Amino acid sequence: MTYILIFISAVFVNNIVLSQFLGICPFLGVSKKINTALGMSGAVVFVMTISTIFTYVIQKSILEPYHIAFLQTITYILVIAALVQLVEIILKKISPALYQALGVFLPLITTNCTILGVAIMVIQKNFNLLESVVFAISTALGFGLALILFSGIREQLSMVKLPKGMEGTPIALLTAGLLALAFMGFAGIVK
Amino acid sequence: MSNAKFKIILNGLINENPTFVLILGMCPTLATTSSAINGFSMGLATSFVLIGSNVAISLLKNLIPDKVRIPAYVVVIATFVSVVEMFMQAYVPALYASLGIFIPLIVVNCIVLGRAEAFASKNSVFDSALDGIGIGLGFTFALTLLGMVREFLGTGKIFSMSVFPDKYGMLIFILAPGAFIALAYLIAIMNKLRKA
Repeated sequence: MTYILIFISAVFVNNIVLSQFLGICPFLGVSKKINTALGMSGAVVFVMTISTIFTYVIQKSILEPYHIAFLQTITYILVIAALVQLVEIILKKISPALYQALGVFLPLITTNCTILGVAIMVIQKNFNLLESVVFAISTALGFGLALILFSGIREQLSMVKLPKGMEGTPIALLTAGLLALAFMGFAGIVK
Repeated sequence: MSNAKFKIILNGLINENPTFVLILGMCPTLATTSSAINGFSMGLATSFVLIGSNVAISLLKNLIPDKVRIPAYVVVIATFVSVVEMFMQAYVPALYASLGIFIPLIVVNCIVLGRAEAFASKNSVFDSALDGIGIGLGFTFALTLLGMVREFLGTGKIFSMSVFPDKYGMLIFILAPGAFIALAYLIAIMNKLRKA
């Protein structure tokens, strides 16, 4: 039951993009076409799950026992950067097809604040390892859901005539605002 | 101060304003501006990291091998972020709690890494410091402005001073959707002003 609650809360109620404001850069950057949005979402699910496991284990087995938790930020960002690089190399070797699909998005992920954000959040929320993994996967799916919905709307928007000042970022943000408004309807499902 | 130096600061504040023109660092911009004072503090924290990392990276630019420069920059930035984090935790715990996770996330703020790569790695120490100040001011200005607009529309206050009774406030502007909508219109207005 806990896991289902974590899942619903992370995907709908506390959607990482639309109510927590993490990962706005890729959300605005790679949402012009549905295909790229799908690729990016896949890469995020993949990297977020792996990096959360790694950072969690490092936190519990190195940082906390030796009382060096103040190095959290530095350690995490290095682990994530190294991990992304590693995933890229391994993927290239063992699954060229998957690499083709996710390849261009992997380097972008290092600067995706959702990855670091989730790694820190699972520690703050005192999750155990399994809960952390469920939380990471659901958060990534929530990111994917928002990104794909948003890109579908933006594909349509590109054909609309807009006032000059509103073109580009402003209309994208306005759309995101309306989408966030729609997601607020989920509030209250999970406490 | 000579004219060229002044231009570096002005560049960050207006021509290359990180929020309104470059559209970088959107996450803290949207998340921490539910009130003017929060936006202002976030702007200051980021400015400190920007100036510190710009100076440090400009000093180290000849020592860092080109191939590993990005990880090296990230470590420098993360160091300054940890300093800010511990400082705020010790001296302004209430503010630290309200900004929450967005303090450690300054590490992945694209503005900081962007200026390190685009400016500090090519320019002198003094110029890099000025660039940090300029971009930092631009970011702080943008966040404070957005925070003021949201706080005013949402609760009828500016910097916690009441302008109209808060029962007439539109609560939505304090919540997530209002952040997107307010920023959308601010950028649209800036676009209009810059082109005019």
